[in-house]
Amino acid sequence: MKKTRKTDIVIVGGGIVGTAIARELAKYELDIILVEQQPDLAMGTTKANSAIMHAGYDAPEGSLKAKLNVRGNELYRQLKDELDLELAVTGSLVVAVNQAEMDTLVELKRRGKNNGVPGLEILSREEVLVREPSLSPDILGALYAPTGGMLWPFTAAFAFAENAVRNGVKVITECAVTGIEVVGGKTVGVHTSRGFIEADYVINAAGVHSDEVSRMAGDESFTIKPRKGEYILFDKSVKDLVKTIIFPTPSKISKGILLSQTVHGNVFIGPNAIDTNEKDDVSTTSMGMEEIIVGAKRLVPSLPLSAAITQFTGVRAVADSGDFIIRASSGSKGLIQAAGIQSPGLTAAPAIAEMIAVILKEEGLTLKPKIDFKPANPRRVVFSHMDHEARQALIAKNPLHGRIICRCETVTEGEIVDAIHRPCGARSVDGIKRRLRPGAGRCQGGFCGPRVTAILARELNIPVTAVRKDTADSYMFYDKIPGSSEVKTDA
Amino acid sequence: MREQQFDVVIIGGGPAGLAAAVSASQGVERVLVIERDRELGGILQQCIHNGFGLHRFKEELTGPGYAARYIKMVEERSNITVMLDTMVLSVSEDKTVIGVNPTDGIFKVSAKAIIFAMGCRERTRGAIRTPGTRPAGVLTAGAAQRMVNMEGYLPGEKVVILGSGDIGLIMARRMSLEGTHVEAVLEIMPYSNGLTRNVVQCLNDYDIPLHLGHTILKIHGKHRITGVTCAKVDETMKPIPGTEFYLECDCLLLSVGLIPENELSREMGIQMDNLTSGPVVDQLRQTNIPGFFAAGNVVHVHDLVDFVSEEGEIAGKYATYYANHTLGAVEKVISVKTADGVRTSVPQIVRLYQDDSQPVRLYMRVAKPERKVTLAIMNGEQVVLEKKLAVAKPGEMIVVDVPGDKLKTCGDKITVLLKR
Repeated sequence: MKKTRKTDIVIVGGGIVGTAIARELAKYELDIILVEQQPDLAMGTTKANSAIMHAGYDAPEGSLKAKLNVRGNELYRQLKDELDLELAVTGSLVVAVNQAEMDTLVELKRRGKNNGVPGLEILSREEVLVREPSLSPDILGALYAPTGGMLWPFTAAFAFAENAVRNGVKVITECAVTGIEVVGGKTVGVHTSRGFIEADYVINAAGVHSDEVSRMAGDESFTIKPRKGEYILFDKSVKDLVKTIIFPTPSKISKGILLSQTVHGNVFIGPNAIDTNEKDDVSTTSMGMEEIIVGAKRLVPSLPLSAAITQFTGVRAVADSGDFIIRASSGSKGLIQAAGIQSPGLTAAPAIAEMIAVILKEEGLTLKPKIDFKPANPRRVVFSHMDHEARQALIAKNPLHGRIICRCETVTEGEIVDAIHRPCGARSVDGIKRRLRPGAGRCQGGFCGPRVTAILARELNIPVTAVRKDTADSYMFYDKIPGSSEVKTDA
Repeated sequence: MREQQFDVVIIGGGPAGLAAAVSASQGVERVLVIERDRELGGILQQCIHNGFGLHRFKEELTGPGYAARYIKMVEERSNITVMLDTMVLSVSEDKTVIGVNPTDGIFKVSAKAIIFAMGCRERTRGAIRTPGTRPAGVLTAGAAQRMVNMEGYLPGEKVVILGSGDIGLIMARRMSLEGTHVEAVLEIMPYSNGLTRNVVQCLNDYDIPLHLGHTILKIHGKHRITGVTCAKVDETMKPIPGTEFYLECDCLLLSVGLIPENELSREMGIQMDNLTSGPVVDQLRQTNIPGFFAAGNVVHVHDLVDFVSEEGEIAGKYATYYANHTLGAVEKVISVKTADGVRTSVPQIVRLYQDDSQPVRLYMRVAKPERKVTLAIMNGEQVVLEKKLAVAKPGEMIVVDVPGDKLKTCGDKITVLLKR
C-alpha cells in the first residue's frame, strides 16, 4: 500500500556512495531514509568493479577525484576495524613496458606527490620481478604505491548501511524514485513506487541513473554516459599468479586492463572500457573477454584460462565533465548531487560522504551530533578465519556453525542465518553470495545453491518458489506441473 | 577437541566410499565413513532413474535402490562407524583428519590408512566462459536434478541443455516426464559424450533434437533467462558466422563435464594426473603417499557406478593390507603411459609385489570416437596384449585385464595405444 512518509533527508541509491553518505549523516540528529530500487543494496556499479582502494596518483591535480581519493584512502584505513571491512593494504604497481611508459610513471609519481599520496617509489625491473615473478620479463619498471589496496566493495556498502541502520537510518529496498516534487524552486519530497516521501533535502547517489534523477528536479546540468567493463575471475588454486594489484601504464580514458588478487585470494583480470547507451547492460561478450585476455597477457603471459570460474560486467557512471559531480543543485534547492562517481569512486566514497555533510550545512541544514552515535558494527563471525578452539566455542553456542553449507569457501549455516537477520540482511541467493561468498567459489553454487535457497525460504518464511536470485523477478524455481509425473493408481 | 582412532578412515559416503567401507570392514577392526550430506549414498540418491547395477547385481536398479543395497551392507557391519552431516576440514600426512559437524563440533580422528572418495563436481558456465547476462534459470544439470528429484521443484518450463554428458541426457528425459518442454540438447563436439543407451532412451525416445557441433554464443534475459543464441562450430570449435539461431527458453541446464573433487588431496601434496584431474594411483588405488588410497570419481570420472563400487572395493581391501602391514615388498614399479588415441589410463602405476601374479585391470578412455581399432599394450616395441574394438568412444570406458605373469616380463614402462 502506498503511503506518505516524512523525513529530513532522502538518499536516492544504495550503492557504496549512498550507503557511505547514510552512515556519515547518521552521526547527526536527522531523520534519514535511503531508498534503493533493487531488492538489495550494492547491486549497481558497486557490484561489479575492480575492488581496489586506489592510492590517488591517477586523477589530475586539483580535481575532486584526486582530493577525495586520497582522503577516502585515509578514511578507509581508519574505518577498517570499526566497520569490520574486508580491506587489505597490499600496495599496488603500475608497470611500464617501454621507455614512453617509464616517462609516464615519472609523471604519475609527480602528480601523486602533488595529490598528497604518500610513499610513491619507482622500482627497477629486478625489484618488480622479485615481488611479482609471473610478470612478463619485458617490463622495464613500475611505480609502487604502498597505500594501494584491495577492498571488497559489497561488504563495505553493507557495513556502511548496517551501521547507518543501527544509528536510526531507514533503508527501503525495491523502492524506485519516480519523481521529485519541487515547489517554488525548492525540493519538498520524492515520489516513489512505494509512495511519497516528504523531505527538504534529497541526495542523488543514483549511480548510472543519477542524471535521470537530477532531471526529475529540473536540473539538466549533466549527463551520465555508461561505460561497460568486463572481468574474468580465477579459482584460488592459481592465487599466486599475482600477489597484489598490477596496473598497466594508464591511457587517457582508462586505468587499463589490470590483474589483481582479491581480498579472498582469487585473481581477476579486467576491465575493458566500452561506451554504451544501455545503463543496465551487464552482459559479457566474447569480444570483450578476448580483449581483456590479450590485455592481461601483455603483463602476465602465462594466464591460466582453464582456472576461470566466472565472468562479469560492471557499468561505470561517467559524467560528461569527467570529474565527480558533488554539489548543491543549481536547479532546485535541497537537491544535492553525488553523481558521476566512476573510478576511484569506491575509494572516495567515505570522503564524498564527508563532503556532502559540509554541503548540507552550507545549504542551511543544522547538523547536531548524535550523543549516542554507535560507530562500530558488531563483528561478523567468519568461520574460515577462526582457529579450531574458537570454532569449537562457537559451535557449542550455536550448532548451526557446525554445518558447512559452502565447501568451496567454508561457510556455515550459522553465518548464512546471521547474514539474513542482520540489519539490511540478505534477501536473495546472490545477496548471500555477496555477503558471505557461497556460490562465489569454484563450484559456483552447484552444491550450495539448493541449500542456500532452502535456508532463505525457511528463515524468511516464504515458499522456495518465492526465493529470488537477485533482481525483482529473478525467481529461481517453479512448483511442479500438476498431474504430469504423478503415479496414477487404478482403483 | 574430541579425538578418536580408527584403522581405516574413508572420506565420502557415496558409492565408492560405501564399497570401500564394506570391503575394509572385512580386514580391520574399526572403519569410519565421513559423509557431508545428511544421508549416505552421495549423488545416487538424486539419480531416481534406472540402469544401475547391471554388472554388480545383474539386475536393473534405480540410484537410491543401488545405494540402499550398500547402505544395508554398511549397517549390518558393526565395525563400521558412519558420521553424517560432517565436513572434513583438513587431512594431514600423519593420517589425522580434522572434521566438523553440529553435534561433535570440531573433532580429530587418526587412522592407519585413509581413502579419498569425495566424488566429483560439475563444470560451470564460468569454466566454459559462455557470454551474456547472468539471469536466474541457468544451472548445472546435477543441481537441477537435485531440485527436481529430491526437493520437488522445477528449474524451468522450457529447457535448453548445453552438453550431452550423461546427466544432461538423463535430465532431458526427466524434464520431459515432468511435463516441461525440452527445446534441444547442444553439444560442441561432433559426437555425444554420454552413453549410447542414454542418447537413445533419453533423447530419441522423446523426440528431443541433439545438435552436434553446436554451442551457445550468448545467454539472454535480465531477471530470468529468456533465450540463447546458438551457432554451429568448425573443427577448431570456433562458431561459424551465419549459422546463428535463437532458442527461446526459461531454463538452461549445463552438462559440460565433471571434475574430480581433489581439494583435500591436492592440499596434502598428493601427486595428480592432469588428464584425469585425479590422483596418480597404482592398481591397489594407493596414491604416491603411502597409506593414502583413492577410489571412484575422485580418481577419474566413471560412466557406470558398478565400476565405482569395484574401485571402492579394491581401495578398501588394500587399505586394510596397508593398515595391517601385510602389503609385502614391491618387486617392480611399472608406469602406464598413454599414446596414439588413448587419452587416460587408470591405474597410472603398477607396483608388482613379491609372490603376487594377479592380473591388473586397466580402465582407459580414448580421445575421440573411432571404429575398428586395436587397443594395444606395449612393452617398448613388444606387444604385451591386444584387444580388437569395433567402436571406441570417449564416453565409454575400455576395460582390459593384463595378466600378472606378462607384467613381470615388462620393463619399467608400458604404453597403451590404438592401432588403426
